[in-house]
Amino acid sequence: MGIKFSLLAVLALVLVAFLGVEAIGMNYLFGVLVPYLAFFLFLTGFIYRILKWARAPVPFRIPTTSGQQKSFSWVKQNKLDNPSTKLATVGRMALEVLLFRSLFKNTKMEFRQGPKISYQWEKWLWLAGLAFHYSFFIIVVRHLRFFMEPVPGFVHLTESLDGFLQLGLPGLYITDLLFLAAVTYLFIRRVVIPQMRYISLPADYFPLFLLFGLGVTGVLMRYFTKVDIVKVKELAMGLATLHPTVPEGIGVLFFIHLFLVSTLMAYFPFSKLMHLGGVFLSPTRNLPNDSRIRRHINPWNYPVKVHTYEEYEDDFREKMIEAGLPVEKE
Amino acid sequence: MKIYDARYVLIGLAIFVGLFTIPFWYNMGRAVPPPDPKLDTPVIQQMAVKQCVLPLAEIRTGHMQLLNDWRTWVVRDGLRTYVAADGKTYNMSLQNTCMDCHSNKTQFCDQCHIYAGLEAGTVPYCWTCHIAPKENQ
Repeated sequence: MGIKFSLLAVLALVLVAFLGVEAIGMNYLFGVLVPYLAFFLFLTGFIYRILKWARAPVPFRIPTTSGQQKSFSWVKQNKLDNPSTKLATVGRMALEVLLFRSLFKNTKMEFRQGPKISYQWEKWLWLAGLAFHYSFFIIVVRHLRFFMEPVPGFVHLTESLDGFLQLGLPGLYITDLLFLAAVTYLFIRRVVIPQMRYISLPADYFPLFLLFGLGVTGVLMRYFTKVDIVKVKELAMGLATLHPTVPEGIGVLFFIHLFLVSTLMAYFPFSKLMHLGGVFLSPTRNLPNDSRIRRHINPWNYPVKVHTYEEYEDDFREKMIEAGLPVEKE
Repeated sequence: MKIYDARYVLIGLAIFVGLFTIPFWYNMGRAVPPPDPKLDTPVIQQMAVKQCVLPLAEIRTGHMQLLNDWRTWVVRDGLRTYVAADGKTYNMSLQNTCMDCHSNKTQFCDQCHIYAGLEAGTVPYCWTCHIAPKENQ
């Protein structure tokens, strides 16, 4: 159900861009207005979501730990899995953000031969996730060549490393293959593993199809059907210098690609893709485990009106004496 | 409402916005005219019908693949003659055929290549084997 819905949604997006440009000729809408609107939504939506999260108080330390916490001097602390200082927490976060360390610890549980449980090493998700994220990152950096003039050195460096196989012309980019392979794996994994399929929603399939569509249109444009790259850059530079122009004669494939990117940007803040910002705000990762070292005061504490025993006795002293109850002050 | 750890959150957001708007800062106040490859070499001016090996749209987007095919046909298969779609034959050679008309590498090839973000002198790697034309500047 979710698969069909998501696939149809992405196909509908492709069709909208195709018809909008090819049949009605709304090049300006799809080339300028939609991308600007999507980029605006992306930035403001992202900031909104982050600020909304940042308004939620985190009164106590709730890090998920998987190592020995700081204890006696003769017990060795696992500083990265159970950090107690700010520096170690930053280190832990860096490993999490850059290397997906918690995914690396992924295991697969299976029942074998009756009631025996076995846990297995399962690194494929980690590997595909890492390949996907780094490919996507490199692809985004490479795309800066369309948005910057003169093209800065780090973009050239990324390109030459990515294309160092020098296979065919235009040269093959390794990340193009990796990206499509990783997205395909992540999709197949969802479909093939029954538990994964059971918990998968349209919100899981839709981004995968969208990214796959992005990759396919990009690959088609570069290696197969071609678009006029100089005009593409003219359009991109127009967007980046705030003097938008839509040159004639860019292939419709480019507009489909651009519309899918716009969809991705507009969809981003409202979806699970917000883990880009959310990973930094996740309190089970970004807090040091110093619950027993520092005193943490609940930030929403307010002075509570209390009625002490002395005051209580003042109120009822005579009645207490009458009833024969012991009192502290006569 | 209060933003907790505002210092870190705002620094993070500033980095996010800064990174994602790099193109706007980088190009600010800069006019970037599209490239203008020159077709006014002596050989082209003497041509009666100014026609490249492929039609304009195809040569524009597909010249790199054509050159790659020529390379394979010449170097690996020993073929030298290319028959164009209009029946005309060409000698498959970058230096003797392409650069005969387009003898102005800096005014022609480099114009779009550099604009499209190909690294001047490295990509495309034609000139790591071929000798770039000496242009009379």
